[in-house]
Amino acid sequence: MKLVPIAALLAAALASPAALAQKKYDPGADDKEIRIGNTNPYSGPASAYGTIGKAIGAYFKMVNDQGGINGRKVVWVSYDDGYSPPKTVEMARKLVEQDQVLILFQTLGTPSNTAIHKYMNMKKVPQLHVATGATKWNDPKNFPWTMGWQPNYQTEGRIYAQHILATNPKAKIGILYQNDDYGKDYLKGMRDGLGDKVGMIVKEVSYEVTDPTVDSQIVQLQASGADTFFNITTPKFAAQAIRKAYDIGWKPTHYVNNVSASIGSVLKPAGLEKAVGLISTQYLKDPLDDQWKDDDSIKAWKAFMAKYYPDGNLADASNVYGYTVAQTLHQVLKQAGDNLTRANVMKQAAAMKGWRTETMLPGIRINTDAGDFAPIESVQLIRFDGKEWKRFGQIMGR
Amino acid sequence: MEALLHQVLAGLATGGIYASLALALVMIYQATHLVNFAQGELAMFATYFAWTLINAGVPYWPAFFATVAFAFVLGVVIERVVIRPVENAPVLAVVVVFIALLVILNSVTGWIYSYTIKTFPSPFPTGGVFGTKLLSPHELGAIGVTLVVLVLLYLFFRFTPLGLAMRAAAQNPDSARLVGIRVGWMLALGWGLAAAIGAVAGMMVAPIVFLDPNMMGGILLYAFAAALVGGVDNPWGAVLGGFMVGVLENVLGAFVIGNELKLAVALALIIGVLVVKPSGFFGKVFVTRV
Amino acid sequence: MSRRQIILLAVLLLAACALPLLVSDYRVFQFNLVLVYAIALMGLNVLTGYNGQISLGHGAFYAIGAYCAAILMDKAGLPYWATLPVAAFVCLVAGFLFGLPALRLEGLYLALATFALGVSLPSLLKYHHLEKWTGGVQGIVIAKPDPPFGLPINADQWLYYFTLLVTVIMFVIAWNLLRGRVGRALVAIRDNHVATEAMGVNNAIYKSLAFGVSAMYTGVAGALGAIAVQYVAPDSFGIFLSLTFLIGIVIGGLASIPGAIYGALFIQFVPNVADEISKAAPWAIFGIFLLGFVYLMPMGIAGAVRMALARLQRRAQNRQRST
Repeated sequence: MKLVPIAALLAAALASPAALAQKKYDPGADDKEIRIGNTNPYSGPASAYGTIGKAIGAYFKMVNDQGGINGRKVVWVSYDDGYSPPKTVEMARKLVEQDQVLILFQTLGTPSNTAIHKYMNMKKVPQLHVATGATKWNDPKNFPWTMGWQPNYQTEGRIYAQHILATNPKAKIGILYQNDDYGKDYLKGMRDGLGDKVGMIVKEVSYEVTDPTVDSQIVQLQASGADTFFNITTPKFAAQAIRKAYDIGWKPTHYVNNVSASIGSVLKPAGLEKAVGLISTQYLKDPLDDQWKDDDSIKAWKAFMAKYYPDGNLADASNVYGYTVAQTLHQVLKQAGDNLTRANVMKQAAAMKGWRTETMLPGIRINTDAGDFAPIESVQLIRFDGKEWKRFGQIMGR
Repeated sequence: MEALLHQVLAGLATGGIYASLALALVMIYQATHLVNFAQGELAMFATYFAWTLINAGVPYWPAFFATVAFAFVLGVVIERVVIRPVENAPVLAVVVVFIALLVILNSVTGWIYSYTIKTFPSPFPTGGVFGTKLLSPHELGAIGVTLVVLVLLYLFFRFTPLGLAMRAAAQNPDSARLVGIRVGWMLALGWGLAAAIGAVAGMMVAPIVFLDPNMMGGILLYAFAAALVGGVDNPWGAVLGGFMVGVLENVLGAFVIGNELKLAVALALIIGVLVVKPSGFFGKVFVTRV
Repeated sequence: MSRRQIILLAVLLLAACALPLLVSDYRVFQFNLVLVYAIALMGLNVLTGYNGQISLGHGAFYAIGAYCAAILMDKAGLPYWATLPVAAFVCLVAGFLFGLPALRLEGLYLALATFALGVSLPSLLKYHHLEKWTGGVQGIVIAKPDPPFGLPINADQWLYYFTLLVTVIMFVIAWNLLRGRVGRALVAIRDNHVATEAMGVNNAIYKSLAFGVSAMYTGVAGALGAIAVQYVAPDSFGIFLSLTFLIGIVIGGLASIPGAIYGALFIQFVPNVADEISKAAPWAIFGIFLLGFVYLMPMGIAGAVRMALARLQRRAQNRQRST
């Protein structure tokens, strides 16, 4: 009689480690769901970017409808931080300590992410695929729990600098930049890229997000005699700058940064004919670009938007960004399988070799490893011909 | 020298924007002795209404006048429904109500229309004889419209009985009631007119800065400064103040202090003026006897 | 103060001390911010509630205090508690200096001047010549202080207790100031500045001092806030912060000490509640809350509490009389 309970105990003891080894969870993941936390500026000066959070939420609704990831539903918990760092700290703590999410994903804004950088690493919670292009997120040695996603701003600035040096070594460069971390990062990239030829910059003018127009700044740049213009602005001001430059008859070689290269949000309002000749870099497909009209991935994206995010603007490239980065997380979580610990999520995110999704431009790939926490480092130079962003040259970066 | 001229012209263009909203602020002040922080958002909301009409195919001028009428009605309704309950509350409570209005209008507009910028058409011809290269025909036209509104306002307050009644209601509500003026409706009328002027301002501004829910935020500050530096009870002063602020800001930014601090310096100068001349350049000085 | 009031305060204090031991760290952090805002609102109330000088730019003094703390901790290695007196002194002087020219401005014009201060401070903080100290647009990251003497509480709880101590001290000082000569002078100046001048009260000194003291309180709050959040950046201190403070004192109750606490609770928690109610337009919901509070309680929460208590007392008195 005593043998049965002993045998049962033995069987249980032998079976359990094997069973346990298959599923590992950290707070925020279990058999039924995976909780992903996020902060986005749904209000305040940067509220235009709030659509990214909504697009990602819609994407995971679609994933859930299709059965979830490895049978688990994704619970998307996103809070508004109004682009204010103290609010981001509060919301991040809420997500980690109260809502018990597995990871923080695509938290938006350089100051917002800077504010929670130390906290996330101290708490050992992944701060994954942050929505900012600052260079400091690629530091696995000191901040192993933080990883970026998009090509960083300094690299982009350097690429433009290299292009100027190669095509017009006698150029006189005028720069308009937004007076915050985003603008200054691009500016640093260009200055570093020019190296000892930094004297080619004849004028740098800044503007604040609260300025009604940048018309005065454009007039200043024309007066400085610059024949090359690096336009570091956010969409509204980019449109103003492009239009004003054309209207006052200033025709420089015009580089516009990637964030403001959207046909729908910038070029169309400015006037397509005024944007001819614009040079930028890109790593995603622009939804309004004619050359992708019949492209399968853009068609799939449009169907997704119609069904899951009907309020979303089909002309806004941010919605393609949100969709693509959500696909990246989808892949990471799929790779993690049943081992949903925070450490494993970071491990999988740092083990992507040559992975891509079709809304990225041809040739762009995601590469990460233990020492490289910058997923997308390659971009394509593009030039606007009045209708489409035509790719030229090779893919730059890794 | 040429660069200076260019900046001055650009300053007149932006100054025109400030002047038009400053007129709405002066209007509301003359009618209610309060400065309405939500004026900018009201103007922005009305402009979105116009955009919706134009997008639905309504031609520009009918849409323009329909929007002005809509804004007028909206202003009256807001005064009667939202402001009336706090008529007798401390001034600061009313300011909080304004802030609440500001926040509600901004948030609702962003929700309905999203935050992507939209183009807004201009009724003025593009290019050609009218404008120089630095002042587009629209910017010139917008200044013109502002001046027309200014003249209409001045005539209204100075020469019509209704305008007189409104001024009386704002300055001395009790005496005005004794003479038979319906003070409540004067206030509502004042709000309606201010909202209408704001709508005009919004429709003039949107083609220049592009339509988005945060369009009026920065402009409101400059308009506020412009209205005060010109004398908050004087529509001419407000318009002149607007041009002054626009030119000052541009010239300071380009030649004196750089773009980073031009806002701070412009405002410091304005405050300096107010410290020396507390009722603004053209405001009336009120002497109260004790 | 009556015995009942003293007992009530003691109970409140005890509850405040027990709080961190009963709730999660995240809530302790939130209540820490409530205390910080309470000090800031106390400051603004001294100036606007008691003295009638409207300020739409108090966020600037909060920012100055915050940056004082951050710069001293980051660049000069000062311990966190030592930054408070420095922040207090700097803001006292700054407020006083601002208050002097402001003497010439009344009502609307003072509002504009303070509004201008609130709006321009971020650009001053970003100014590239000052970048070496202010960290420019990147801001400054500071470390959270550890509990001293190896106390068995964590950093969040320690900071809460420290902030609570500072809050109590500052409220006691304010209470003493306001119920004495100074307080009476401030209120008298607010209600009839011509009469006070005629009576021999030096309006100018009192008004400028009011500015200075008010700025000092808000500056200390800023320093404590920076330490709690562990990060300062120019764009955290825009005009909306100043407007939030104004909302806080109006909703909490003008010219009222408990009003500062009610207001702090409102501005900390109601936006979160609004966010839970509506993801699409949370600030519209916040605006509706604002309207509701102002309509129902035009004298602020403190005013409503006072009226409710008075009504209860009257009812008790009536009952006594009839028996």
